[in-house]
Amino acid sequence: MNSRGEAMTNLHPFLPFLIAAILAAFTRGSLRSAIMLAAPLFGGYQVMQAESGTMVMLQVLDLELIIYRVDELSLLFGYLFHLGAFICILFALHLKDTLQHVAGLLYAGSAIGAVFAGDLFTLFVFWEVLGLTSAFLIWASRDERSFHAGLRYFLFQVLSGVLLLGGALWIWWTTGDISFNEIGLGSGASWLIFMAFGIKCGFPLLHNWITDGYPASTPTGTVFLCAFTTKAAIYAMARGFPGTEILIYIGAFMACYPIFFAVIENDLRKVLAYSMINQLGFMVVGIGIGSALALNGAVGHAFNDVLFKGLLFMSMGAVLYVTGRSKASDLGGLYRAMPITTTLCIIGAMTISAFPLFSAFVSKSMVMTALLDEGHWGIWMAMLFASAGVLEHAGIKIPYFAFFAHDQSIKAKEPPVNMLLAMAIAAVLCVAIGSYPAILYNILPYDAPYSPYDITHVLTQMQLLAFAILGVVFLHRTGRYPDEIPSVNLDAEWFFRRMFPAIYRGIKVVISVLGEMGGQAVRFTLGFFLDKLSRHHGPSGILARTWPTGSMVLWVMVLLFLYLILYYVE
Amino acid sequence: MQNGNNENIGWADNPVIRQRIRNVLYMVCGLLVVADFIVHRHVYMPLEKIPAFYALYGFAALVGVVILAKLLRKVVGRSEDYYEQQGGSDD
Repeated sequence: MNSRGEAMTNLHPFLPFLIAAILAAFTRGSLRSAIMLAAPLFGGYQVMQAESGTMVMLQVLDLELIIYRVDELSLLFGYLFHLGAFICILFALHLKDTLQHVAGLLYAGSAIGAVFAGDLFTLFVFWEVLGLTSAFLIWASRDERSFHAGLRYFLFQVLSGVLLLGGALWIWWTTGDISFNEIGLGSGASWLIFMAFGIKCGFPLLHNWITDGYPASTPTGTVFLCAFTTKAAIYAMARGFPGTEILIYIGAFMACYPIFFAVIENDLRKVLAYSMINQLGFMVVGIGIGSALALNGAVGHAFNDVLFKGLLFMSMGAVLYVTGRSKASDLGGLYRAMPITTTLCIIGAMTISAFPLFSAFVSKSMVMTALLDEGHWGIWMAMLFASAGVLEHAGIKIPYFAFFAHDQSIKAKEPPVNMLLAMAIAAVLCVAIGSYPAILYNILPYDAPYSPYDITHVLTQMQLLAFAILGVVFLHRTGRYPDEIPSVNLDAEWFFRRMFPAIYRGIKVVISVLGEMGGQAVRFTLGFFLDKLSRHHGPSGILARTWPTGSMVLWVMVLLFLYLILYYVE
Repeated sequence: MQNGNNENIGWADNPVIRQRIRNVLYMVCGLLVVADFIVHRHVYMPLEKIPAFYALYGFAALVGVVILAKLLRKVVGRSEDYYEQQGGSDD
């Protein structure tokens, strides 16, 4: 732990992005471009200089916040997010939209702030900024769909933030220690935090903000979105809950179920959103296993995923930007007009499919090997199944339907040069890390020597992929391959877009009917009593009559007589 | 393939080239299976002992995924404006 004095020479990594965002709001043209690109370059340089073990404290009332903490794990994500931010900013550089530029900068900066947060309250602050700024990247589409999708997206972000704050306060009250280290599932508070992270990791049934929100964002906004939120959540999960067994099963489910939806989804950016949950599944499984190799695999795969998923989202963003279309049923034949984009997309597709020499191969295999080492054979089979599924929807479907398939005679050209450059950087890194994995392995946080390139591994992976492609060819040739049809596939969002509103409307109807019935019952009962009262006490009622004194005396006599009898009986 | 402007079609739409690409795939698949019998690969679990296990599993998994997905489409598939009907999307 370094002294505060030395640590203060470090600028907090959020600041370059905050300053750039403020400046970007008041500048335009090439000056703004230069400022925006400088933020990740300057911040990245700072992080390269940062030493593991550095901490910066901030005293707020009687709370000692650790606003900046550097260790091996946060450094890996620090490098990654600066790299990701640079690529995303470059990709969005041609825009003139101040909102997107400012939101993008703050969003990337808050993700970086979150991974360097050393305590739960600091983490919460960046967690919330992350949610809010990213929602603006969806609203930036400025149409009705994105408005509603952005609201739904934001609701999940707020829910995650509230759970995190609740858990953090609870832990603070019970232990007095708010530092963010391994938490583990021991208490109610830890469950709250687990679910807060889980929402942003895309846990099943809580995943819809990804598949609903991301495709509604702008062509460039989606690229930002895919890089930061879920990866920050993977970081938080890896730090807070390594070796939590339930994550193995959750992760396996996450890896498997989206592939079915991805196969039949028509919107190619939504296919990628499903594909993202599938890849997150591999990372979550790795965190659940918790061995050094598995954790390295999880965070290493997160690193690679930002690059290859970013590349795929960029290529679809470029297609959307150029043609205004992102649906498989509207696309096809673009390879002639956009050969560079096509090539770069295919590199992304081969990477996500984990072909040898591409980056996913060297990170996903760590998780797979760890599964075998720990004897999780069933889960391993499921993940292998999911790997074949990835090849179908991300490896083949994305490039095939966008760039080949049926020639739709779409007028198109290559996207602006900044977009091509951003894609090219990502593509080069995918191949570089895959071919020379030491680039990645040297910055992985845990000590677990691993070599991905042995004959068994290469051979088995090639068999899996080649025969999966053969499966696609077989389905195509026999006419069994599903057509792309314009459609919506119901997923868990149906619950809150259809079922909950329907239940709400139902309850409203029931309440109004009950109210009506209750009102009638009250009116009837009240009427009955009023009727009785008026019958007896009304002007002509029996109790309103004037009674003769004689009859009263008679009744007194009867009473006295009865009393006498009772007296003697006793 | 139809092409509005001129007669020449792109390489990827040329049936001869398509067939060539498929032939390469068949050859690669064949070689990979042959290699399975030559190369001694590590076996971690009993199922892996099946000859060309990964090849069989890859093919079966992919075909399985697609067939199951087609069934899923029958259950969850709706018209494109599903959420716009009945009073628009709710939040």
